[in-house]
Amino acid sequence: MSGRGKARAGAGSARAERAPARRRDRRIGKAAVPYLLGLPSWVYLLLFFLVPLASMLALSAAVGDPIVGYSYGGHFAEFLDAIGQYHRQLLRSFYYGALATLVTLAIAYPAAYWIAFHGGRHKSTYLFLIMLPFFVSFVIRTVAWQFILADQGFLFGQLKSWGLISDRFYILSTQWAVIGGLVYNGLAYYVLPLYVAIEKIDRRVVRAAGDLYADPASTFLRVILPLSAPGVFAGFLLVFVTDVGDFVNAQILGGPGTYMVGNVIQDSFFVNQDYPMAAALSSILMFLLMVAIFLYARAFGRERIQEYAA
Amino acid sequence: MTGLAPGPGRAVAAPGRGDGPGLAPRLLSLYTWLLILYAIVPIAVMVVFSFNQAPSGRVTLKWLGFTTAWYGHAFAVADLTDALVHSLEVAFGSMIVSVILGTPLALALARYRFRGKAVTDMVIFADIAAPAVVVGASLLSFFLTLNLPRGLLTILMAHIAFNVAFVVVVVRARVSGLDRALDRAAADLGATPWVAFWKVTFPLILPGIVAAGLLAFALSIDDLIITSFVSGQTLTFPLWIYGAVKTGIPPQVFVLSTFIFLGGVVLTLINTIVVRRNLP
Amino acid sequence: MSKRSNSGRTIDPALLRGLTEARVSRRGLLQAGALGLGMAALGPLAARTARAAERDWEAWWKQQKPTDELVFANWPYYIDVADKGAKNPSLDDFTKASGIKVKYLEVIQGNAPFYAKIAPVLKAGQSIGYDLMVMTNTWQLTELVMQDWLVPLWKEKLPNFKKYASPSVVSPDYDKGNRYTLAWQSGFTGIAYNPKLTKREITSIDDLWDPAFAGHVGMMSDITELGSVALLKLGIDPAKSTKADWEKAAKVLKEQKDKGLVRQYYDQSYITALEHGDTWISQAWSGDVFQANAKGFKDLKFVAPKEGVMLWHDNMMIPVGAKNPLSALAWMNFYYTPKTAALIEDYVNYVCPVPDAKDVILKDLQDPDVANSVLVFPTEAMYAKAHDFYTFKSYAEYQSWNSVFTPIIQG
Repeated sequence: MSGRGKARAGAGSARAERAPARRRDRRIGKAAVPYLLGLPSWVYLLLFFLVPLASMLALSAAVGDPIVGYSYGGHFAEFLDAIGQYHRQLLRSFYYGALATLVTLAIAYPAAYWIAFHGGRHKSTYLFLIMLPFFVSFVIRTVAWQFILADQGFLFGQLKSWGLISDRFYILSTQWAVIGGLVYNGLAYYVLPLYVAIEKIDRRVVRAAGDLYADPASTFLRVILPLSAPGVFAGFLLVFVTDVGDFVNAQILGGPGTYMVGNVIQDSFFVNQDYPMAAALSSILMFLLMVAIFLYARAFGRERIQEYAA
Repeated sequence: MTGLAPGPGRAVAAPGRGDGPGLAPRLLSLYTWLLILYAIVPIAVMVVFSFNQAPSGRVTLKWLGFTTAWYGHAFAVADLTDALVHSLEVAFGSMIVSVILGTPLALALARYRFRGKAVTDMVIFADIAAPAVVVGASLLSFFLTLNLPRGLLTILMAHIAFNVAFVVVVVRARVSGLDRALDRAAADLGATPWVAFWKVTFPLILPGIVAAGLLAFALSIDDLIITSFVSGQTLTFPLWIYGAVKTGIPPQVFVLSTFIFLGGVVLTLINTIVVRRNLP
Repeated sequence: MSKRSNSGRTIDPALLRGLTEARVSRRGLLQAGALGLGMAALGPLAARTARAAERDWEAWWKQQKPTDELVFANWPYYIDVADKGAKNPSLDDFTKASGIKVKYLEVIQGNAPFYAKIAPVLKAGQSIGYDLMVMTNTWQLTELVMQDWLVPLWKEKLPNFKKYASPSVVSPDYDKGNRYTLAWQSGFTGIAYNPKLTKREITSIDDLWDPAFAGHVGMMSDITELGSVALLKLGIDPAKSTKADWEKAAKVLKEQKDKGLVRQYYDQSYITALEHGDTWISQAWSGDVFQANAKGFKDLKFVAPKEGVMLWHDNMMIPVGAKNPLSALAWMNFYYTPKTAALIEDYVNYVCPVPDAKDVILKDLQDPDVANSVLVFPTEAMYAKAHDFYTFKSYAEYQSWNSVFTPIIQG
């Protein structure tokens, strides 16, 4: 379902701005209209998005313990503690996120390309098939992979009984299982923006390259790839952010040494009740990602990323 | 990616020379089918194992024989069913509220210039781009601070918070694509802006609103990460499963998920057909 | 107050950088608003409500009116089931006998996570919605008692406990005089393994450190269990251990992890990993292995290693704010009868707190395997091998254990 919604959203918000209809601007109250229209959402997002972010930052600096409770104080050293204790998990999250997103891109691009250029009448059918995982809950998909990859499951169990792989072989509980899970779960999110971007490429430009005797490789590298860049970048952002903050794949498919920062945040809230630590880590994660996103957006243009990402 | 390089050029050139699809497109077609297979395998596992026997009441890895018994007892695990009901309640609730909240803002953003527009854009973008774990952690910090007990209500609040932004983006795209001449014509014919909106604009953006609503519903029913922070002791369908994974899941999980899967697929197909029919 | 505005100001830069761009005046306004709200909201968390002093619980109990409902929070797979999970015969018997309807919820996955869920609610002085819950004798139970979050039991209404309870659960160290708790089940933490995969008998905790099983050893993510097994390996009685011992234990655990022996630190999911063959040998709770055998994983074996096993007790207790406390007492009393205990025991297979249930299992339920198991009805020799957990005397002490063992599982 989400896939279809997203596909439609891709079209046309770049043309959003048009000259306001002057002629209807006769009444004085007119200027207030956009504010009145926007007010409910604004109040809501202020209360349930911006204020919570602020209270998370405030909680990072709280002092106390679960028994006596926490009270707000200027304990900013919590940020240093958080980095000192959990820099490995933070780095690991970014590493897994980047690697998984690159792999997702690499496997999604050829299919998106083929569907866009050669899908013919059945384009939407192919897309729909790749989007099918959207209709299954994220947890179930991940659990299904746990099943598929189990040491004695129907895949490896069979290979082991044929003696094709060693009895000791396993993937589950390793970083490869976690990264593999991230790749799978990000696939549909990446194919879509790629498809939308490639689909928009004017075929005549591609044909012109061929007519000018560009060899296929340079046609791809110098024409198609640059023209599909908006999809590549938008998808990268979307999938990367989702992957870095994930803890479900690491929890269900991971092992010792695959803890991601999301897992630590979960533990801090829900096992150790160390709220300031949880809040500090989330704040650090948010800060790092926001810096990355805004650099990225500045380099590339937020409007376009947003257009594709949603 | 250079490995793909031969594909595009040949693909484009070949039809011109009239010798049918080249090797590269055929390879790519095969590749796409393999990718589709990869996308579908876990779903197949889910469906197939929903028909597996499970004497212990938990899904097992081994194939023990075909049975439809779990479909007969689809709702036998009471708290799983409760969790599914919670999920549906939250999905409906957040769909409706976020559409009501988000649509006017989408209109404002698409049709007006106003001070604060850039900030609004930024907030909407941040809401979509912020990692779920941060959104969840910040909402929990907020609710802890307010001493607000976590439960169905806080889950609903959280889901609306992320759905609003998606609704805004989807509806806005639809509104932007509209021809303003239509409501100007309505105004010229003497319609008040209010009447013009309901008689002209609203029917035109309705498909966008429906799409936004469906997206909101889908995002809500599948959300695990944000919900896990703000749920307190209330369980939604994904949360229940996430908890049950630790001890083994009952086959009913696969049965209900198969229902949801089929429901989603059928709904989408109907939606597609209806949209196609309405196109000129 | 001054502290608050302090922390408020520091929020500024990050939010600023993160969320906004251009249009200074609007942004300033919005942020002021956001912070104002955020700050205003800080009050309740800062002010910890002082707990009421000793209440006259006897009088409180006498004021309670009987109800026909009971909300029971328990761990998964910890009660008898029939009819594909739709029925619990023991609970149904109770409803028939008392007219009390039971809402049975399998919501507890671990002591620490469950406690972390309910603590903020209890701290806010609200009801957690359960009348009865089951928790192990570890730190979280101590914490519940320290915070006055449990209702002392009204012994008058529990004659069956006096009559039928096993001496091993009467007035335990962690709850003298059973002031707050009655045991639901006890259990042993030992080792489970699959002989087909290990290809040999397992007898010792050292086997969890055997390089031959590299990548296929399951350890527990519960740090109390994890630390205790390492202490046993080192020949130290966990109950009498010191901080220095803990550090030694952490060292051997870290070695075990660094050598790639550990497959994963598991919560309850360790049993699934054993069933799936992901782990060949694992720390395990006795009853789970019987249950796994019963559902078709016949290869799995449970062994009490020669170094000893941990003995723990899961206890029923009534949290403050319970709406149906008398129903909770009625169930506790009903549970402590040989018939009910037998029904449940025959399914869960841990250590039964009602020794007389043995005859019922043997004669009425015709299940000699369970009735004669030393892990369900332990002999003196079995108890002699069992060790208790270390009892934390303060939060600081628990934190200290925590800081020694948590880094191992979070690696």
